[in-house]
Amino acid sequence: MDREQLCMLKELMALEFTVLEFHLYLDTHPTDQRALMEYNSFVQQLKVLKQKYQERYGPLSWQEPSSYPWQWIEEPWPWEICYE
Amino acid sequence: MWFYEKKLQYPAKVGRANVKMAKYLITQYGGPDGELAASLRYLTQRYHMPTPQAKGILTDIGTEELAHLEIIATLVYKLMDRASIEEIKQADLGGYYADHDKAVYYVNGSGVPWTAAYIQSKGDPVADLHEDMAAEEKARATYEWLINLSDDPDLNDTLKFLREREIVHFQRFGETLQIVQEHLDAKKYY
Repeated sequence: MDREQLCMLKELMALEFTVLEFHLYLDTHPTDQRALMEYNSFVQQLKVLKQKYQERYGPLSWQEPSSYPWQWIEEPWPWEICYE
Repeated sequence: MWFYEKKLQYPAKVGRANVKMAKYLITQYGGPDGELAASLRYLTQRYHMPTPQAKGILTDIGTEELAHLEIIATLVYKLMDRASIEEIKQADLGGYYADHDKAVYYVNGSGVPWTAAYIQSKGDPVADLHEDMAAEEKARATYEWLINLSDDPDLNDTLKFLREREIVHFQRFGETLQIVQEHLDAKKYY
């Protein structure tokens, strides 16, 4: 995986983590409107970035389009990436 | 249902191969306070939760623990991958090697396989949520002891992230317990 892809992947991981943190918080604070607004804004940012990443590097999850040949099985898999 | 996302939750970093550290770390894979136990515990307890918040938090934290399980597996895989037979013997992992080569298997730090006896699903939401809070604290302590055992700053960065998650989960379970307790109290008095 080249530097550019790794950089974008890490950015995506960080953004998705932010969304997860808000998600768990909202489970126990469902009426916190400010948190909900921030959550929705991060979800929007995540959607845009994920779309951009997948257009460039292939699907990250199910129900995503693939170019030929079937891109899902392309290496590296997450445990094979050197993150340092 | 669940979908797989082809990415880790957090970068699993290893500065250098270290068989001994893999042997210690694998307890967070298949040990009593490890990520498999955590995930399976929460995902099976959720069916008997009385409030929407409790059903949500157990589903979501149970799912996040699977992502942590994948991070631990990745770390163990990387720590072991390039190890020689000599290093495996020195780390006293010959027994593990005979059974699994360098494959990642669900055992604790002493090689004992994972068992469902590590977890409970009591059908009593207050009892279960107390168990969950204790489980998060035990997992946090395990990460601390592992960080004490490791001198690899890259590995420690990943372990510190996982330790932090246990603290957040403990907090969320505490809030859930309060919500559930208020719900049960409200049912008693009209």
